[in-house]
Amino acid sequence: MNLFVIIGEALRALKLNRLRTGLTMLGMIIGVAAVVLMLSIGQGAQININNTIASMGSHLLIIVPGATSSGGLRFGSGSVRTLTISDAQAVAELPSIEAAAPVISGIAQLSYSANNWSTSITGVTPDYFPVSNWEIADGSIFAEADLRSAIRVAVLGKVTAENLFGNEDPIGRTFRIANKPFLVVGILAAKGQSLSGRDQDDNVFVPITTAQRQILGNQFPGSINHMLVQAKSSDTLDEAEAEITQLLRQRHRITDKMENDFTVRNLTALATVASTTAKVMAWMLGAIASISLLVGGIGIMNIMLVSVTERTREIGIRMAIGASYRIILMQFLLEALFICILGGLMGVALGVGGAWMVSQSTDMPIVVTFNMIGLAFIFVTIIGIFFGFYPARKAAALKPVDALRYE
Amino acid sequence: MFVANQPASNPILIQLNRLCKAYELTDRSGELINHPVLFDINLTINQSEFVAIMGHSGSGKSTLMNILGCLDTPTSGNYWLSGRDVATMNSAELARIRNQNIGFVFQSFNLLKRMTALENVAIPLLYAGIGRKESLKRSQAMLDLIGLGKYRDHLPNQLSGGQQQRVAISRALINQPQILLADEPTGNLDSQTSHDIMTLFTQLNRNQGITIVLITHENDIASYAHRLIHLKDGHIVEDEARLSN
Repeated sequence: MNLFVIIGEALRALKLNRLRTGLTMLGMIIGVAAVVLMLSIGQGAQININNTIASMGSHLLIIVPGATSSGGLRFGSGSVRTLTISDAQAVAELPSIEAAAPVISGIAQLSYSANNWSTSITGVTPDYFPVSNWEIADGSIFAEADLRSAIRVAVLGKVTAENLFGNEDPIGRTFRIANKPFLVVGILAAKGQSLSGRDQDDNVFVPITTAQRQILGNQFPGSINHMLVQAKSSDTLDEAEAEITQLLRQRHRITDKMENDFTVRNLTALATVASTTAKVMAWMLGAIASISLLVGGIGIMNIMLVSVTERTREIGIRMAIGASYRIILMQFLLEALFICILGGLMGVALGVGGAWMVSQSTDMPIVVTFNMIGLAFIFVTIIGIFFGFYPARKAAALKPVDALRYE
Repeated sequence: MFVANQPASNPILIQLNRLCKAYELTDRSGELINHPVLFDINLTINQSEFVAIMGHSGSGKSTLMNILGCLDTPTSGNYWLSGRDVATMNSAELARIRNQNIGFVFQSFNLLKRMTALENVAIPLLYAGIGRKESLKRSQAMLDLIGLGKYRDHLPNQLSGGQQQRVAISRALINQPQILLADEPTGNLDSQTSHDIMTLFTQLNRNQGITIVLITHENDIASYAHRLIHLKDGHIVEDEARLSN
């Protein structure tokens, strides 16, 4: 008896009991849909985080002024500005360092004609843009020379530009920061939210010297809020961290017994943690969803056992007219497998549809990969064979005479 | 009138040698009880014989039939079918024997309820590995031959008892078996239909040389056979050849 005939028999048996087949299949459909949906949401979240990480720039260290204590009073991290622009220049000279970008920031009121907008002002050097992965959408960034002369130029983040200029093209126009006129030289490409949820595109970048002298003012001239340091490669991050620590301790005249007055943080490490968390979440969601698949599988086994009992006499008749162990086994196994595979197909459709709906109603990227669908199918087939085998074997192992006599 | 078979002239088809069958049952206290059904059965049936096995209920005739049909295995003794010891065959070989060499006809017809007459007849062919199209074609021919061609698409419950039994006989014959085993084939039929079925058996035996083993407790049904075997309490008590009508 060839396989096609057995397949036909199995399909016919399923068709004869539509309601039961449908309900059993529903277990599979829901299970597979849940797995596909959960995996795609998880994957989407992961991609979201990875995008954010990529937007931060690669192999970055951030150096912030550290906690200091003075006469028994301990101050929090960053409360005293111990880092200076010349620290950043010295760090940039280190062999394992690609670039160092000092940053000072504050908040100021912007105005242009009738519009005004309050946002953060970031004073940076031209190095800052490549280091933190900013891309210029329009115009250009300011040059090293602008830094020395502390001229009033600004590069706008996308959101700030929209809020201040509306539909006008801001390049070449003059607006005011804290009532001082600034020329817009560039617009940055949008980057989206940071890991902490802050909108990175709502920002104005000006030369660090200009920010210090003309906008934010400074009680300690030359001091900065933090600096971004890019190592030459991700392999040399630890080495870079050690070199920076040694250099800054030396520059700040910190003796062996004293604590650092700065902190070096590895942003990539933080990002990796976030990314790993997202991955774990994705798999956990998938695992929870696969429990429903397991329950569906048990449902199949249950219904197949009922079916075998119900059809004992039929099995006996089939054996009497020549069905072998193999044929009966295959027939019942295929019935279970069909429920699984058909249910799997519909489940994938439902899951992909659900994922599409989620992606429409939220702005989360939802990713459905063929791997995911393949995984769901392999899982479903394994469940079909695993839960279908016992009832099928029970059917096939019946003694013909007993099966025939069964009422 | 003629004597239908000369057993001596035909090769031996079925040979039972000191065959015993006992069932093991558990009683209410959980003790195993040995319940013997057949004792030391010695029986030889030649090709093209038409044998009726008679006996009251409980005489062991159905058990004997199940063993002859390779549906059940004896507890001891030997069963040679066409010279092969059935005890040495595995389940796949037994399934093949049931498919190719033996045709079953049951008292309750035992057609598959959800299949049409044509499909019921075709199943043994499908199990034999013949393609669906060819199987259905041959089944149609068989139904035509037996006079039920136009009922091909009827489900069993849409057919009369006699028609159902003839579909069952078609199914039994479709693989051209050597033996037809009929377990009370007329038990659920009226006397006219019973007569028709028995006439069909007689024709099959006479014209195609099919060996028929018939189980019945009715004398007038048994009278169609050429040899009568009486079974009582698991023993063969009488084995007589008789003239056929």
